[in-house]
Amino acid sequence: MATPRSRSKSVVPSRAKAPVAVEADRIEVRKTYKLYIGGAFPRSESGRSYVVAAADGSPLANANRASRKDLRDAVRAARKAFPGWADRTAMNRGQVLYRVAELMEGRRDQFADEVRQAEGMTVARAREITLRAIDRWVWYAGWADKIAQVLGASNPVAADYFNFTIPEATGVVGLVASETSSLLGLVSRLAPPLVTGNAVVVLASEITLTEVLATSDVPAGVVNVLTGRKGELVPVLAAHVDVDAIDVWGVPDDLRTDTELAAADSVKRIARRPRGITDARFDWLDDRASERPEWIAAYLEMKTVWHPIGV
Amino acid sequence: MTNDTKLRGWTGDRAPAGWGLGDGQAIPWEYAPAPESRDVVTIKDRYGLFIDGKEVQAADGGVFSTVNPATEEVIAEVAKATPADVDRAIRAARRAQKTRWGSLPGRERAKYLFRIARLLQERSREFAVLETMDSGKPIKESRDVDVPLAAAHFWYYAGWADKLEYAFPGRNARPLGVAAQVIPWNFPLLMLSWKIAPALAAGNTVVLKPASTTPLSALLFAEVCRQADLPPGVVNIVPGPSDIGMHLVSHPGVDKVAFTGSTAVGKLISRAVAGTDKGLTLELGGKAANIVFEDAALDQAVEGIVNGIYFNQGEVCCAGSRLLVQESIADTITEKLKDRLGTIRVGDPLDKNTDVGAINSRAQLEKITELVAAGVAEGAEMYQPACDLPDRGYFFRPTLFTNVAQSHRIAKEEIFGPVLSVLTFRTPDEAVEKANNTPYGLSAGVWTEKGSRILWMVRKMRAGVVWANTFNRFDPTSPFGGYKESGFGREGGMHGLHAYVRLEDR
Repeated sequence: MATPRSRSKSVVPSRAKAPVAVEADRIEVRKTYKLYIGGAFPRSESGRSYVVAAADGSPLANANRASRKDLRDAVRAARKAFPGWADRTAMNRGQVLYRVAELMEGRRDQFADEVRQAEGMTVARAREITLRAIDRWVWYAGWADKIAQVLGASNPVAADYFNFTIPEATGVVGLVASETSSLLGLVSRLAPPLVTGNAVVVLASEITLTEVLATSDVPAGVVNVLTGRKGELVPVLAAHVDVDAIDVWGVPDDLRTDTELAAADSVKRIARRPRGITDARFDWLDDRASERPEWIAAYLEMKTVWHPIGV
Repeated sequence: MTNDTKLRGWTGDRAPAGWGLGDGQAIPWEYAPAPESRDVVTIKDRYGLFIDGKEVQAADGGVFSTVNPATEEVIAEVAKATPADVDRAIRAARRAQKTRWGSLPGRERAKYLFRIARLLQERSREFAVLETMDSGKPIKESRDVDVPLAAAHFWYYAGWADKLEYAFPGRNARPLGVAAQVIPWNFPLLMLSWKIAPALAAGNTVVLKPASTTPLSALLFAEVCRQADLPPGVVNIVPGPSDIGMHLVSHPGVDKVAFTGSTAVGKLISRAVAGTDKGLTLELGGKAANIVFEDAALDQAVEGIVNGIYFNQGEVCCAGSRLLVQESIADTITEKLKDRLGTIRVGDPLDKNTDVGAINSRAQLEKITELVAAGVAEGAEMYQPACDLPDRGYFFRPTLFTNVAQSHRIAKEEIFGPVLSVLTFRTPDEAVEKANNTPYGLSAGVWTEKGSRILWMVRKMRAGVVWANTFNRFDPTSPFGGYKESGFGREGGMHGLHAYVRLEDR
């Protein structure tokens, strides 16, 4: 992360190799954190930004504060991208997700450094989380061409019909990312809707992942990421009639009922945390807990097809 | 005009062309009445609620009447549940789930469900007659569709009760607890079975509210539960108006809510569940497109179209209410349909020859009448066969609209009546565009002899059930449910179990 703080405290090996004298004299190129909509990195149309704080409360970076208009633009981009992504072959979507893991692997030190600052933890733990996030892409990528065989069915109806059931992507998914796990939590909830062909609008604080997505083979608009205030954006996302499903994992408790009330008006599918689980207490490193075909199924529609049998 | 139409002659059920009656006119002879006997079922003057294994009166002694829509006569008085009764039913269900049903081995639960399936089969004619009298649906449909399918649902899910570990590999399936279930009036017993059978198989207990115009088959089902020695409290039935349904689904004592009915009410129920940990499945309205390509087997398609929209008076959430015909065959299909409408017999639901029975209630008849008037006012062309309707009862002629635009109310709103709107298309893309141009997504139909086109259409249509070269088929093994505002969750098949279990790591 390009801030004075990260430079002085950086312990990531690749950076440590840089000659100290040169770095001390050099004026750093600071990055502006923008939105990710339709494959591009626009600023918020509102012209607003806010300061992202590190785990210790010190300023980490400036990020764009998305508006409701930005959110509507993101939904439009997702809707546009959805049919093409859903129509890709399952194998192809699997490869595209795997490619995200490949690209993350190449930037893993940067990710680990950012996770460490954002969440406040040891270098070793930040590294473990980053590597697990990469592995999680691989785990979900593998489901692309298998989930239909696990969740689909051939149904032995009591008449002369061939009858089968296949899963299809729900459509546009709104994802309110984990408050506490900026990278691993996000990846664990983003990969499941993505792998089956949904397009996603994410409210999150993680930025660098979008740079990976933008340079990966994930088509523009399939993932859109907005930073900003949940209190401002979540109600708009929940009420948007062109959003088919919403993941309320990262919705703060005091917003949850209102969010689900708004979602009810357009018959949205609502994906919740498991009963009794809080965002803060959830262990994202527990593979068994966060690698779940049920999380994929939450954004699938079952289509049943009948055809008579006869000559 | 096709060769087939030119050569049309007397085939036994149509007026020969030489008689000068014109297309689609009623056959000039009477069918002899063929009434099904009412004696097979004993209808009580008064029915109670079914709570904790016992028939009880409402806490305040209140009752309401249920009416035979074909005669407008009161059939029976039914106890009208109060919120206090619902609370009592939920407590009974909780107790039964905790102390008995939830811990009963699956293979024992299965045997109760098999018993219920058998009893439904053994008492099938009773159920069919009662269902027809209470709902207005033709006896041939209650006898051949509703009741056998209801029994088959219990039979199918009975076998799952001791095999849940195979339905959810790698996970332990646990019951959710108490299920609150609210069902509509169009398939009263069948919807009851769709709700109760999977819930019980998975180890849940239920409190079910039948529709206020059709409570009787549910209350006869209560008798079947007692006959089967089902433990008290496993099934509770609380007839009443819609606010009782809202009280039931809003109750903090239920773990799962399942609703079948209109999208408007489904949204209210979804709001009632917002912010809780309750599971929710919704099976809501529809405005299905039934798409006929020019290469389709036209006579089969016509039968499918008729079955798609006039089955159960069109009071079917998945009814094929929007007919999309390829332009080149639009006139032919319309002519054949008009011809076929002339042979549909509308009248006494208990008559075994009746195809279209009574509309379920005066309110529903008024809604259909209003929407049809809107269709005429908006400029669509209406056709109705010249058939006599009974003097009493809520009847509506099978109706067909041509020259319908997508913007017309009859093409957008769910009518829930025997009213078909005919629209046309030129290309497959246009057909898909029009078919999906609705907030609903429950079902769709496609008629063509080209296999690859069927599968292409299947892929493109955003609907939970697609009937290809058939329509309105149902089976307990076959998952049913909607996309978009037609709801979520599936009923039937292995997928139907999912709504009633909590998955734990093994």
